[in-house]
Amino acid sequence: MFESLSSRLGEVFDKLTRRGALREEDVDAALREVRVALLEADVALPVVKTFIEGVRERAVGQEVLRSVTPGQMVVKIVHDHLVEMLGGEAEEINLRAAPPVAILMVGLQGSGKTTSTAKIAKLLTTRQKKKVLMASLDVRRPAAQEQLAVLGRQAGIATLPVVMGEPPVAIARRAMQSARLEAYDVVMLDTAGRLHVDDALMTEAEAVAQVVGAVETLLVADAMTGQDAVNVAQSFDQRLTLTGIVLTRVDGDARGGAALSMRGVTGRPIKLMGTGEGLDAIEPFHPDRIAGRILGMGDIVGLVEKAQETMEEDEAKRLAKKFEKGKFDLEDMAQQLRQMRKMGGLEGVLGLLPGVGKMKKQLAQANVDESMLIRQEAMISSMTVKERQRPEIIKASRKRRIATGSGTSVQDINKLLKQFQEMQRMMKQMKKLGQKGMMRGGMPGMPGMPGGPGLPQR
Amino acid sequence: MSETPAEGPEEDEKAEKRRWFGRLKSGLGRSSDKLTGGITDIFTKRKLDEESLAELEELLIMADLGPATAAKVAGDFAGARFGKEVTPEEVRGALAEQIARILEPAARPLEIDPAIRPFVVLVVGVNGTGKTTTIGKLAKRLRDEGRSVMLCAGDTFRAAAIEQLQIWGERIGAPVVAGKQGASPAGLAYDAFVRAKAEGTEVLLVDTAGRLHNKAHLMEELEKIIRVLRKHDESAPHATLLVLDATTGQNALAQVETFQKAAPLTGLVVTKLDGSARGGVIVALAERFGIPVNAVGVGEGAEDLRPFSARDFARGLMGLEG
Ligand SMILES: Nc1nc2c(ncn2[C@@H]2O[C@H](COP(=O)(O)OP(=O)(O)OP(=O)(O)O)[C@@H](O)[C@H]2O)c(=O)[nH]1
Ligand SMILES: Nc1nc2c(ncn2[C@@H]2O[C@H](COP(=O)(O)OP(=O)(O)OP(=O)(O)O)[C@@H](O)[C@H]2O)c(=O)[nH]1
Ligand SMILES: [Mg+2]
Ligand SMILES: [Mg+2]
Repeated sequence: MFESLSSRLGEVFDKLTRRGALREEDVDAALREVRVALLEADVALPVVKTFIEGVRERAVGQEVLRSVTPGQMVVKIVHDHLVEMLGGEAEEINLRAAPPVAILMVGLQGSGKTTSTAKIAKLLTTRQKKKVLMASLDVRRPAAQEQLAVLGRQAGIATLPVVMGEPPVAIARRAMQSARLEAYDVVMLDTAGRLHVDDALMTEAEAVAQVVGAVETLLVADAMTGQDAVNVAQSFDQRLTLTGIVLTRVDGDARGGAALSMRGVTGRPIKLMGTGEGLDAIEPFHPDRIAGRILGMGDIVGLVEKAQETMEEDEAKRLAKKFEKGKFDLEDMAQQLRQMRKMGGLEGVLGLLPGVGKMKKQLAQANVDESMLIRQEAMISSMTVKERQRPEIIKASRKRRIATGSGTSVQDINKLLKQFQEMQRMMKQMKKLGQKGMMRGGMPGMPGMPGGPGLPQR
Repeated sequence: MSETPAEGPEEDEKAEKRRWFGRLKSGLGRSSDKLTGGITDIFTKRKLDEESLAELEELLIMADLGPATAAKVAGDFAGARFGKEVTPEEVRGALAEQIARILEPAARPLEIDPAIRPFVVLVVGVNGTGKTTTIGKLAKRLRDEGRSVMLCAGDTFRAAAIEQLQIWGERIGAPVVAGKQGASPAGLAYDAFVRAKAEGTEVLLVDTAGRLHNKAHLMEELEKIIRVLRKHDESAPHATLLVLDATTGQNALAQVETFQKAAPLTGLVVTKLDGSARGGVIVALAERFGIPVNAVGVGEGAEDLRPFSARDFARGLMGLEG
């Protein structure tokens, strides 16, 4: 659906022949595209405006380096500015206070507070060896307290016993008392979801923050949030003086402009991001990754890391070597197909890649979908080892046999073989790109597709 | 939900409507203050020209219509009026009308066919949008209409999701079919169908775990639930509702598009409209997919489900009285 910014800017600048320095009108033309890209990514309009102004100041008059096109130059300036605005380095959870340190989790309904509470508690317990107590102050949502208790059991984190009918401020007070008595280092306080426009509930949150003397007050917000992100972040910050933001559902395919909106309007650091439903699916915030996504340029770094993390080192090397020699066989393809499905299927993988706008369209035309991946796996598994290694020997009679064996048609086999050839061709292109330094770390995998399963189960 | 009105006498209905609109509007109003303030500024100062059009477009963008839809709506709007003197009221009213026209075809309530028993409603969506709560609200509405309802706790993944639905079941007085955490949701849906059929239940509401649409294996799981239901009844599920959070931005388009492939959607429920997010992405959705909006959520309580009215929604968006 979204064209990547680079290809868009490519179009803008195609019309110009190269000039020495970026001229004002060229920059303006480029920035109109940047504006649309940011808005499509859900960056709030007021923040877009400030951002564009910042880029403009930097870009006009810049010498275009000889090795790049003006479009690439602008993209680079935009990207760098974005990373800077998102906040250079990840900031850690602040525990510098007399224990028990209170961490208050707040946010809109359903943003991921309870899950993030348990994730952070687990992180502090395992990585920093802290003794953590969790308490649910959510007396509103059905089974909210039970939810936190279950998560506590799953993660091996203590939760404050529930007293029926106890109001939130009293629970908070009791949590701090227990923590003091039982020598906990940290108390994580999960709260009920609340609208920033709900004055009564915002007042309640203020009271809780005061009673516990919160060292951290973290706003938990969904990466899919639209323009309202600025209102939400601003209101919560005004009422509760936030110390940071936790961005959830970064494992989705939202462009995540809300990150820039919230950061832009509050100046508060985004400390962590949630990348799944599992309790280990939390990571320090990576501004460069989010910047790439917001610009629709794909989360290349994340993709490479994911591939590296999960793929066996040897396997990666073996494949990389094969690619270098251009010896990519059907067996390798089958393996890639399996891994791709695990990574969230074609769409999932493509969403992470740069410049996929065009490719997605091609794929849609080629009718490549999930069931197709499965069918292709079946076809390959109906082949002999020899056939997999040397696909060129697959002629008519072999095709018929494979089709029967996999419950497909000869036509399907032809398609598969054609796709395989196409992959080999693309692989060569990819190698060229790799030499330009786009694919850091010699990423193994299908041409244009990474190797390695990666996403956690959910 | 649709054929029998929820409230009896007409008076009640009117009062009810005022209440809901007031509630929706007080939410919408908070942020449309900015919007309407903006429009007033633009249009008392000058006539509709290039610049004021750009500003109008920006105001629509801030309501989450997205840059493309905002440009189109603002452009169409300006077409006839360009260069004319217009008052702020005219602009607001006319723009609301135009948006209402786009939304009108989408304003269709959930139709329960009494000839089908159980009428199976599958509720799907990404995480945390309000699926379980919407089921509670829907069940309440259906019970008030005098129908028998059964709930299926198909979210066997999230911690205490089963308990959450069970509490809703108790509140509303509807039986809940539940398994253990980690059980197969498709198997559970199957059990629930069999039981609903045996007991002659009119409507079966099936909850599902939140799932991000870009996760292929989770979408496959959803397809499996549908396959299993169809083994019993080829026409099931008879309605599939995607629950959409009004605070969601342009990603809603991708959600609808992808869910549609795995589970043919019959309608949307847009939740959390009691906040300050205006849910303008619905306009983009209506333009692009023409998918009905069956109801909207305006709070966390059992009563906080409302039919979607294109006119009220559009006027609320513009900060106008119902
Ligand atoms: N995919 C994904 N799902 C998440 C993430 N964080 C939370 N969730 C899911 O989002 C849903 C809501 O999460 P909760 O933690 O219950 O949200 P909450 O803010 O506590 O909700 P309320 O208490 O009702 O306001 C659940 O289905 C979680 O599993 C994340 O980073 N990625
Ligand atoms: N303000 C408001 N809150 C709502 C509305 N609908 C649901 N909620 C709240 O949103 C939160 C999430 O609702 P759930 O029904 O648990 O959402 P879900 O989609 O079932 O979540 P998962 O099963 O975890 O994916 C809860 O705190 C609900 O009370 C609404 O219309 N307005
Ligand atoms: Mg919660
Ligand atoms: Mg649920």
